[in-house]
Amino acid sequence: MNPTTNQLLWMYETMLVIREFEETMVNVYLEGKLPPNIQKGLAFDIGSGPVPGEMHLAAGQEPVAVGVCAHLKKEDTVTGTHRPHHFAIAKGVPLDRMAAEIFGKVTGLGRGKGGHMHLFDPEHKFSCSGIIGAGMPPACGSALAGKKLGTDWVTATFFGEGAANQGSFHESLNLAALWKLPVVFICEDNKWAISVEKSVSTAIPSNADRAAAYGVPGVRVEHNDALEVFAAAGDAVARARRGEGPTLIEVKTDRYLGHFQGDAEVYRPKDEVAELRKHDPIPALEGHLRALGLLNDQADAEIRSRAHRRVTDAYDFARATAYPEPEEALYHVFAA
Amino acid sequence: MATAVATRTLTMAQAIAEAIGQEMERDPKVFVMGEDVGKYGGIFGATGGLLQRFGPERIMDTPISETAFIGAATGAAAEGMRPIAELMFVDFFGVCMDQIYNHLAKNTYMSGGNVKLPVVLMTAIGGGYNDAAQHSQSLYGLFAHVPGLKIVVPSNAYDAKGLMIHSIRDDNPVMFFFHKGIMGLPWMAYFEGSTTEVPEHSYTVPFGQARVVREGADVTIVTLSQMVHKSVIAAEQVAMDGVSAEVLDLRTLVPLDREAILRSVAKTGRLIVADEDYLRFGMSGEIAAIVAEELGTISLKAPVRRLGVPNVPIPYSRPLEHAVIPQVHHLVHAIHQTMASKV
Repeated sequence: MNPTTNQLLWMYETMLVIREFEETMVNVYLEGKLPPNIQKGLAFDIGSGPVPGEMHLAAGQEPVAVGVCAHLKKEDTVTGTHRPHHFAIAKGVPLDRMAAEIFGKVTGLGRGKGGHMHLFDPEHKFSCSGIIGAGMPPACGSALAGKKLGTDWVTATFFGEGAANQGSFHESLNLAALWKLPVVFICEDNKWAISVEKSVSTAIPSNADRAAAYGVPGVRVEHNDALEVFAAAGDAVARARRGEGPTLIEVKTDRYLGHFQGDAEVYRPKDEVAELRKHDPIPALEGHLRALGLLNDQADAEIRSRAHRRVTDAYDFARATAYPEPEEALYHVFAA
Repeated sequence: MATAVATRTLTMAQAIAEAIGQEMERDPKVFVMGEDVGKYGGIFGATGGLLQRFGPERIMDTPISETAFIGAATGAAAEGMRPIAELMFVDFFGVCMDQIYNHLAKNTYMSGGNVKLPVVLMTAIGGGYNDAAQHSQSLYGLFAHVPGLKIVVPSNAYDAKGLMIHSIRDDNPVMFFFHKGIMGLPWMAYFEGSTTEVPEHSYTVPFGQARVVREGADVTIVTLSQMVHKSVIAAEQVAMDGVSAEVLDLRTLVPLDREAILRSVAKTGRLIVADEDYLRFGMSGEIAAIVAEELGTISLKAPVRRLGVPNVPIPYSRPLEHAVIPQVHHLVHAIHQTMASKV
C-alpha cells in the first residue's frame, strides 16, 4: 500500500510538529530547575519550573506514530505510553489543550490532574498510561466494544520493547487473537528500557517473533522510517478492519534524548545519539517528497512555518491560561 | 388500594443473577466477562442461567488472564459499553491490581471527569469454610482505601438485587463483593437470613444508605455482609439479658452513610464495629475515627470496641479459623464488655 500525497504530506508535517514540540520542551522543562534558582547544593530540581515532574520525550520516534496513525480514522482508538506526545499529536489531540495539561493548567485535557504521562482525549479517542505495558488490556476492550457496537473501528496500542516482557503483553495478545479483536499492537523498539538494553532484557532479538505464539502475523520494521512503518501498519490496520484479528508489529526506532529529561545517560555510549541522528527520519521523508516532486523550497517553508506556529501557539496558550483553583483537586474522583 | 408486588424467595446468588439478567434485557450495552461465568454460571452462581438466555457473545468466558480482561473492561467502558467482570475470589486481585487501582480507579479523575467508566467488578469474599489464607479474605477495606472505586457489600438477596442494578447503572467503577457464606449455595452452609423475599420487578437500592436491621437503645453494632447475620443473632442473645442492641448494615462502604452511623451512636452512646476484614488500618478503624471526630457533639458511655481478623492471614484449621474470624460468641462477649465498661 502506497501512501497518497495527502498522507505523505500529513506525515511530514506531523513529524515536524512532534519534533518541534519535543525540542521546545527540552528548554521549557529546564526553566526554573537549575542553579541559582533552586535549593542550594542541588544541580537540578525536578519539582520546580513551569513544567514540573518527569518528562519523557519522543524526539526521534516520530515515524512509529505517524506511520500508524496515517491509517486511522477519528473513531479509531489509540492507547499510548509514558512517552506519549508523538502518539497524541499524530492521533489529532489538540496541541493547545495537551500543552496546557503538561503545564498543569485548568484548560488542559484533564484540567491539570493528569499531566504529561496521563493524557485523555475521549473525543479523539486517545489515552495513555505511565505504567509499562498497561495500555494493551484496555486496547483489547475498546476493540471488543467496537466489535460489539457493529463498527469497523480499529484500536492501535503502542508500547516499548521493555513492555514486551510484561504479562499484560502476552495476556492481551492471547485475548485479542482468541477473540479476533481489531487491535494492532505496535512495539517501539528504541533499544533502551531506561538503562537496560534489549539484549539484556529479552530472550529473543525480535519481539515480532512472539506473534507466532498466538497465531497472528508478526512484522519487524528494521528502519526508523515513516514509509516502512506506513506499509507494515497499512496491512495490519486493513486486516483488523476486515475483522481478521490482531497483528504485532515491532519497529526499530531511535530515542534521541534521555529516558527522562535530566537523565545523565551514563549507560549509553557517548557517540550513540550522534550516530543515530545521522539517520534522522524527517530529512529522509523530506528527501523522498522532493524526489517525488511533492515538495519544493517554498512548500517546505510553508509547512515548516505552519508547524512552528502550531507549536508556538500551543505553548503560548499553555503559559497564558490559569492554574486550577485548589478546590479542583476534590472534583471528578467520580463522574457526575 | 395498594398494588400487590409479586415476590418470591431467592438466594443472594439468584438475586444477583436476576439483576444482571434484567439489566441485560433493558440495556444491550451490558455484558459479562469472567472465568467460568458461562456454562458454569459463575463459581458462586452469580451468573447462573444467563448464558442460556443471552448467549456467549454477552456472557463471555475468559482465559485466566485477569490483567487482560479487567483492563479490557476499562477499555470497553470508555467506549460506552457497560461491562460486568467477575473475578472469582477477591484474593486473586493481586494479579491484576495495576489495572484496577492505577487505571480503572484513576482515569476519570486524571481526565478531569471526561472519561466515564461504568464497570462492575464482582467477586467473592469471606471465610468460614476452611479455604485458608488465599481464598478467604474480605479485603473490601483495601479497595475502599483507593479513591475512585465505589464499594458495595450486600448482606441479603433483596439488597443484592437492588444494589446490583444500581451498580450497573452507575457511570463509575463499582466493586461488588458477595460473601460466599450468604449466597445460599447448595454446597456451603449459609445464614438463612440472607435468603429473602425479592420482588420480581426491577428496582434499585441506592448507594450510601445504611439500613437499621434491628433497632436498639443500648449499643450500636456497625457492620455489613455476613457479619450482619452474626450480629443479629448476637443481638437476640443479649436481648435475653436485657441489652438492646441496634444493628446497622452499611451496605456500601463507598459512599458511606456517615450520618446513619452518627445518628445511631448518638442514640445509644456505645459503638461496636463488627468486621470480617483485617483489623488494622481498615473499616473498623475508619468507623471509629468518624465517631471520634464527632465527640464534640456525641457523648460515648463506653469505649469503642472493634472486632475483626487480628492481623493474621486466615488460618486453615477449623478451630484456628473460628478463633480469628469474629463469631457470634465473640460479638456477645464484646456487647457485654461494652455494657460493663465506662468512659
